[in-house]
Amino acid sequence: MSTAAPASALPSYDDAIARYEPVIGLETHVELGTVSKMFCGCATAFGAEPNTQVCPVCLGLPGSLPVVNEAAVRFAVLIGLALHCEIAPWCRFARKNYFYPDMPKNYQISQYDEPLCTNGWLDVEVEGEIHRVGITRVHMEEDTGKSLHVGGATGRIHGATHSLVDYNRAGIPLVEIVTEPDVRSPEVARAYVDELRELIRALGVSDVRMEQGSLRCDANASLRLRPAPGEPDAPFGTRTETKNLNSLRSVERAVRYEITRQAALLDDGERIIQETRHFDEGAGRTSSGRSKEEATDYRYFPEPDLTPLELSAEYVDEQRAALPELPAARRARLIAEHGYTARDLVDMRNAGVLDLVEQTVAAGAASPAAARKWWLNELARRASDTGAAPADLAITPADVARITVLVAGGELTDALARKVIDGVLAGEGTPDEVVAGRGLAVVADDGALTAAVDAAIAGAPDIAEKVRGGKLNAVGPLVGAVMKAMKGQADAATVRGLLLERLGTS
Amino acid sequence: MGRTGPPPTKGPHAIMGITRDEVAHLARLSRMSVTDAELDALAPQLEAILSAVARVAEVAAADIPPTSHAVPLTNVFRPDVARPSLPAADALAGAPAAEDGRFRVPRILDPDE
Ligand SMILES: [Zn+2]
Repeated sequence: MSTAAPASALPSYDDAIARYEPVIGLETHVELGTVSKMFCGCATAFGAEPNTQVCPVCLGLPGSLPVVNEAAVRFAVLIGLALHCEIAPWCRFARKNYFYPDMPKNYQISQYDEPLCTNGWLDVEVEGEIHRVGITRVHMEEDTGKSLHVGGATGRIHGATHSLVDYNRAGIPLVEIVTEPDVRSPEVARAYVDELRELIRALGVSDVRMEQGSLRCDANASLRLRPAPGEPDAPFGTRTETKNLNSLRSVERAVRYEITRQAALLDDGERIIQETRHFDEGAGRTSSGRSKEEATDYRYFPEPDLTPLELSAEYVDEQRAALPELPAARRARLIAEHGYTARDLVDMRNAGVLDLVEQTVAAGAASPAAARKWWLNELARRASDTGAAPADLAITPADVARITVLVAGGELTDALARKVIDGVLAGEGTPDEVVAGRGLAVVADDGALTAAVDAAIAGAPDIAEKVRGGKLNAVGPLVGAVMKAMKGQADAATVRGLLLERLGTS
Repeated sequence: MGRTGPPPTKGPHAIMGITRDEVAHLARLSRMSVTDAELDALAPQLEAILSAVARVAEVAAADIPPTSHAVPLTNVFRPDVARPSLPAADALAGAPAAEDGRFRVPRILDPDE
């Protein structure tokens, strides 16, 4: 197996991009979240026993005929519209002929020169800068089966004695989304896939789980010399295609590695071989995917077993009207309406609490900032401690909204609010029921508090003297003593105020 | 509905004959092993078949688009409803070999790959 490793050591990434400009295009396959397959009624559930979701159509048995799933077309149109594409008024499916055991028919039903959607774009933001990535096309096709390679090392196809194929995945509807070669850095490549995933999640047309393979990405990358000032851009270099990147991190790392690998080859005066490559997550390197350079010859022709698609302008307008609020618009709205920063939104999204925070604000939280704080700092942590998603915690946005109101009204301190959350999560009822049941309300009764303040001062005359002498920061241990005496059921700021007043410094 | 065929593209083109090399290429794509003697025999036979079919081009004028579908029908859909699949045993019944509920196939890459 040729690895096309350069003779000399790889240059650093910074060194490589100082001299060469990367040119990157991305092809993303997304499994659509339909109930049934693209061309037959088999279920699409993930993780079923092998070959239990198959029928004559998706096994390619003689005499069977495919029929297009209406929802798959609709989902693909929604994706095209969300990517600002034109929707073809008329298009056909095509047969892509090849022999490989994961494709039981010996051809894949796909689209070739008549894709459903063309000529769109997606804006992605990296460090405050917007990069517009052109979308060349979005087309429909069917997924392939899954192979297990037996007899070689750790399931690799190389050295395997035979393979075992499960066709449950064969025939699940896919869209392939192809970008223009517009991307110029691994960071933007990653951000594009991230934004695309968010977009498709917002459309509700796929669960876009990269780790389960419902969103998979191939990255094309080439290098060209950076032009001298005033010179035109150099023509594109020869590209490689790194296949099946199954995490955002892998997209970025694989492209980064390809940039340094290709730079080293070009530095040595060697040529880049146009080829398919695979990314080894463990080693952080790509390697050549095929030893034989085989010209692909798929002999595409219009699929005779399926009728053409003819989508009316009315149908397309109907789908456009059905588009939900898309992530970019939502971010702009949350920033304008709730005063969040772009960073806040990224943090909340990554913590899986953005929807919950929005629902908490809608449920009457004291402020958007308070809703964000409790979900992001407290509840997201508790969820991750138990390995659950924040949405699965036994506390509702309405509960959290009520807690923020109690804190803002001085009825709970942050420390008490955490105990209320303990109670709600333990199934003790609503926040108000937990406050009553556990007796958690802040003690505002001056009698008890004043007694505790006096006791604290009497118990530490030296500290009291320092504070009287003007060292206000020395009051800390006294506040601690009062809070301890009150079993935490006092507001620390109120206690501090009372102490300073008592010591004649305020 | 209106249009029932693909948008007009380039006109029909005559098939120019098939070479021995092209037959060898097709055989490779089809994973068929064909001997030199068979190539010698097959190339003229395929040539004769293709020339016969190519006569269609003689009557198709430039304004007639290629036909991909004989019936003027579009938008045949089925609703997104799951239906029972085959029992796995039935699905595997026609397979030359099976193992662990999966179709067993010969190794995909040659040992030297
Ligand atoms: Zn099926």
